Amino acid sequence: MRLDQLYQEIILDHYKHPHGRGLREPFDAEAHHVNPTCGDEITLRVKVADGTVDDVSYTGMGCSISQAAASVLYELVKEQKVARSLEITDAFTEVMTSRGDVEPDEDVLGDGIAFAGVAKYPARVKCALLAWMAFKDALARAGEPEKVEK
Amino acid sequence: MATFDVARIRADFPILSREVNGHPLVYLDSGNTSQKPRQVIDAIRTHYERHNGNVARSVHTLGTEATEAYEGARGKVGRFVGAPAEEIVFTKNSTEAINLVAHAFSVRATDERFRLGPGDEVVISEMEHHSNIVPWQLLCERTGATLKWFGLTDDGRLDLSAIDEVITERAKIVSIVHYSNIIGTINPVATIIARAREVGALVMLDGSQSVPHAPVDVTALGADFLAFTGHKMCGPTGIGVLWGRSALLNAMPPFLGGGSMIETVMLTGSTFMPPPARFEAGTPPIGEAIGLGAAVDYLTGVGMEAVQEHERRITAYTLDALATVPDVRIVGPRSLEDRAATISLVVEGVHPHDVGQILDAEGVEVRVGHHCARPVCVRFGVPATTRVSPYLYTTTDEIDALIRGLYTVRKVFA
Repeated sequence: MRLDQLYQEIILDHYKHPHGRGLREPFDAEAHHVNPTCGDEITLRVKVADGTVDDVSYTGMGCSISQAAASVLYELVKEQKVARSLEITDAFTEVMTSRGDVEPDEDVLGDGIAFAGVAKYPARVKCALLAWMAFKDALARAGEPEKVEK
Repeated sequence: MATFDVARIRADFPILSREVNGHPLVYLDSGNTSQKPRQVIDAIRTHYERHNGNVARSVHTLGTEATEAYEGARGKVGRFVGAPAEEIVFTKNSTEAINLVAHAFSVRATDERFRLGPGDEVVISEMEHHSNIVPWQLLCERTGATLKWFGLTDDGRLDLSAIDEVITERAKIVSIVHYSNIIGTINPVATIIARAREVGALVMLDGSQSVPHAPVDVTALGADFLAFTGHKMCGPTGIGVLWGRSALLNAMPPFLGGGSMIETVMLTGSTFMPPPARFEAGTPPIGEAIGLGAAVDYLTGVGMEAVQEHERRITAYTLDALATVPDVRIVGPRSLEDRAATISLVVEGVHPHDVGQILDAEGVEVRVGHHCARPVCVRFGVPATTRVSPYLYTTTDEIDALIRGLYTVRKVFA
């Protein structure tokens, strides 16, 4: 059944038991993103030290895809170098916007590979990307603009 | 009145025989846009195949036929709501109809009824579609007038307990939704109109969700303006309607400027046509208007009382069936009293996007989100809802499919 591709166990697990959820101090920058068509929202904070993403904290409301994507983001970018976290963001974005044509690399995306099925549902791609766009935005606000531009 | 036979109605709608994701289509999103009967599709095709020409300017045969069909549609739409043709203005949609009226108000309006400035008030409600909020917010920004609104009660009704404080002597226009697009409430517009009359304010009703589903007669309603849209009443997209009292339309300035709305154009200034032409600048949506005329013929043939009765049966069935599904909560009126067929629901612990996706996998098409009525979601503390909006072609079997789908939703997210 096609639905299984979308609602993989990994996604439902992250939705029911989100990792790193909640807004924490200290933080360098905060971004608030909404999906105007459906009302999904996320507020996301980043703490950067010595070029490393020390913490990503977030709160929000939305569908399982958007909330699980935030949980996976936390797992993947926390304690990564900023440049590396942006490479991961780009890899995730590429998979999501590929309409299912790009094979995700598990070494880079970890649990994020579960979202490959979402790429086949154009209406849901924005849900999966909400937290990731907020993360990129928060990094820019934290003064990592030249890296975000790439 | 002919007997209502839903199977016969369904046979008129070609799309209802298709499948979605391997299941028979169960279309429960008519509040978003309705499906179209063959009679409407055929009328549009016949226009383009046989009679296409521009309107109101051609001496040739095709132009004359197109003009007759376009103006004929205006007459049909007028009769459908009990109004003379000259009080029917064709617009793009309800949104444009509301904007048209909002733009008639200004600080420098020559007619006192449309003069609006600091100290004056515009009244709406918390139940409005964004299209009946934003034009008035913009108007208040332009003029310095104050926007006020009725709140909602816990059971999804307009809170009219302080009606005399909300609609005061300072009110110039009250614009209220007739049937809520998100929670299905039928509003007591007579009470609101009576209060507006006391203070001399004009009244606009958003009939986008009432005109398609019930007999509406503008004389009986007693408002000054009524907006509705073709695509929610078996007609095509791109055609909406503003009904307005002649005396008011005559007092209103043009909205968009251009061809068809002028009498004489000089480089030093222009004079304008009387309504409705004054408000229909440029080549209008001719095929769409003709399609709407056919839609009105179709609905009249079925009978709006019959449509209303059928939807009432479906609503009763749906409310009863939803009450049996654990963790499903209805947002808005839970009884049949003063409620239309549109039902918003929440499945506890599952976001509406996920509900909609799982239902779609079973061929059940509903709308999820805030339904362009975000203040209602905020009022009831939900980010979004799942909305079921039946129409004259909806069957109880389809409601059963919805209920089965809701059980699947609970299973996936158990």
